[in-house]
Amino acid sequence: MLNRLLFLLPLLIFAVIAGYFTVPILTKKDPHILPSVMIDKPAPPHDLGPLLEGKPGVGPEALRGEVKLVNFFASWCGPCRLEHPILMRLAAETDLPLVGINYKDQRDAALVWLRELGDPFGRIGVDGDGRAAIDWGVYGVPETYVVDAGGHIRYRHVGPLTAQALKETILPMVEHLRAAKG
Amino acid sequence: MIRSIIMALLVAVLTAPAFAVEPGEMLKDPALEARARELSKEIRCLVCQNQSIDDSNAGLAKDLRVILRERLVAGDSDSEIKTFLVERYGDFVLLKPPVKAETLFLWYGPFAIGVLGAIGVAVFLLRRRDGSAVNEAPVPLTDDERKRIDVLLSEQDRKA
Repeated sequence: MLNRLLFLLPLLIFAVIAGYFTVPILTKKDPHILPSVMIDKPAPPHDLGPLLEGKPGVGPEALRGEVKLVNFFASWCGPCRLEHPILMRLAAETDLPLVGINYKDQRDAALVWLRELGDPFGRIGVDGDGRAAIDWGVYGVPETYVVDAGGHIRYRHVGPLTAQALKETILPMVEHLRAAKG
Repeated sequence: MIRSIIMALLVAVLTAPAFAVEPGEMLKDPALEARARELSKEIRCLVCQNQSIDDSNAGLAKDLRVILRERLVAGDSDSEIKTFLVERYGDFVLLKPPVKAETLFLWYGPFAIGVLGAIGVAVFLLRRRDGSAVNEAPVPLTDDERKRIDVLLSEQDRKA
């Protein structure tokens, strides 16, 4: 009897391995999206100069105080254009502060971009050489981070923001972090 | 014919392969540059994900190559540079995953399965040999059995 069961063992092992590889496919998990190791760590304390006159840049103190989204964007980045309307809507419809970090961009091009598409950000810092982004663990724009009131990174979204990601993940997390603080 | 083969060989041998590393990035100190090249072969380009930063033309790979060289010049050890990158991008940035609790199965799982399989095969073979030894020297028939066989055979003879 025990011997018979032993014959099922390879089948069982196969089923476990097959399941392990099938689940990400069925749940449509993109294997290129990497987990961030920066979660729950303090956001890197860079002092990024302002992109616009009359709108502040992003210093270390700017990331503390309240829950906010930090969005890495560039005018040369196609997916950023795709997500821009969502950022505009967020700015218009919610009181969630949006912090922009302009990644390896040309100032003129970035200014044209904001003039054409609108400026959803409360403050925009310039990361001209992309060094700040590397400290955040950015590997491709656009990336969007949820930073809590203590200045800790809580969540990273890779790629263009979607209405679904906002509704199902990011906004609930913002609510949760706000409630935890209050 | 021979000439064209020679030409093809010359082209293959004399042309330089395309490197991702740009001349401007390279360090003046050849020993340090060689170390940088070796080290950057172990660092994954996060954009292409299956190339090292030494092979990749991606912007981020270039930035990481430059940072790596800056840190080498500043006197960092190879492992310090790797730690710097792992703190930002996780173990995934290393093309060769480090041995630690979470990766033990990854590293030693195949050996464990191999050993289990070898044990299985050994047990199977040993058992089979025991079994064949029994077959070679079968238990002799008892008198009762012999009588029954005689009866059966004589019955068969009669029918035929």
